[in-house]
Amino acid sequence: MNIETEVLWLDEHRVVSLRELIELSGLHETELLELVHSGAIPASGSPGAGYSFSARVITVARTACRLRDDFELDTRGLSVALRLLERVRGLEEEIARLRAELPR
Amino acid sequence: MKYADYYAALGVERGASADEIKKAYRRLAQKYHPDVSKEPGAEARFKEVAEAYQTLKDAGKRAAYDALGSRPPGEEFRPPPDWARQHGGAGSDHFSFEDVDFSDLFSSFGGARGAGRGGPLPGQDFEVPVELSLEDAFRGTTLSLSLSMPEYDASGQLRRTPHTVKARIAPGAVDGQRLRLPGKGGKGFRGGRDGDLYLDIALKSHRLYRSTGHDLFLDLPLAPWEAALGAVVEIPTLSGPVSLRVPAGTAAARKLRLGGRGLPKPGGGAGDLIAVAQIVVPAQIGDRERGLYQELAEASGFDPRRHFAAEGA
Repeated sequence: MNIETEVLWLDEHRVVSLRELIELSGLHETELLELVHSGAIPASGSPGAGYSFSARVITVARTACRLRDDFELDTRGLSVALRLLERVRGLEEEIARLRAELPR
Repeated sequence: MKYADYYAALGVERGASADEIKKAYRRLAQKYHPDVSKEPGAEARFKEVAEAYQTLKDAGKRAAYDALGSRPPGEEFRPPPDWARQHGGAGSDHFSFEDVDFSDLFSSFGGARGAGRGGPLPGQDFEVPVELSLEDAFRGTTLSLSLSMPEYDASGQLRRTPHTVKARIAPGAVDGQRLRLPGKGGKGFRGGRDGDLYLDIALKSHRLYRSTGHDLFLDLPLAPWEAALGAVVEIPTLSGPVSLRVPAGTAAARKLRLGGRGLPKPGGGAGDLIAVAQIVVPAQIGDRERGLYQELAEASGFDPRRHFAAEGA
């Protein structure tokens, strides 16, 4: 069936709640909060007022869930893995930018 | 269906212990997991490994798998008539294996027809890589994706079901952009929510432009006299040609920025188009040009390598 569908951009212009992020990522609330507290998953807000997240984080949280399931990692292991993956992503972006600047 | 050799996928003997199977899986997962591996074909290889491990780590599923016997990988076969019933697979004696993919055969065990019997099961999420041309990313485009997704049938067995998903991609996608199409993944079972479809956008390389985020880089070849004297040149942009003033005395690698001529940003505005100056000379020149160059060489006091002498002396 051909039905044109809703397309949501996972970028900083869209915000998701803690509840949505739990549902979309497959992580448990305690795991997600531990990753937020360790700084591996960036969040806005505070434990009291509640957290909100850039929709970009959905990809990070889903990666965390895959790593948890496929490598049987606990949240400390996930936190280290996510930080390293984020560093790799940043470096790859920088390399791509430098390559784009180089003449062919 | 086509037989898959799960022991070979993990590189273990058929009689391997549960511990040996786990160790083999961990070693291969570290090598091929798509989130950590950059090896070509890693994702497909990891799927094989994960599928094999999901079945062999579970004693019940492993017994059901072993009962199928050992066959050459890829051989067409059909499980024995009473196989599913004996191993707790099918909910009915009339269960059909038509259109069932081998990779989905064991996923259903302990899921729709096993431990989760009676409760709702959410549909699976899927991630699909999509390549867009720079022109499509600039203007926006409508994608028509033909996908084959495993979905639970009425008896709880997963079967591959074809889907066509049409999605309008607004202007401004960049390389690495992720998009979510809610409810367009696998269908939920017994009232479970439908899965989501995630698109992972990659931009195809372009004949002229190199993109980074919303900015575009373009090599701008200039003749020596254009670089020295300055010039107004026509530059191709994704929205049509524009005039660019090249200042007199433009050196190679100088970046000339055309604000807002890059890819549009979803929140408004656009990236820049950055023209990178290159000084080029013709491979062959005529007598008149040669004479003029010689005259220039004699008249000019310019030494482009003066700093060599200052440091080397």
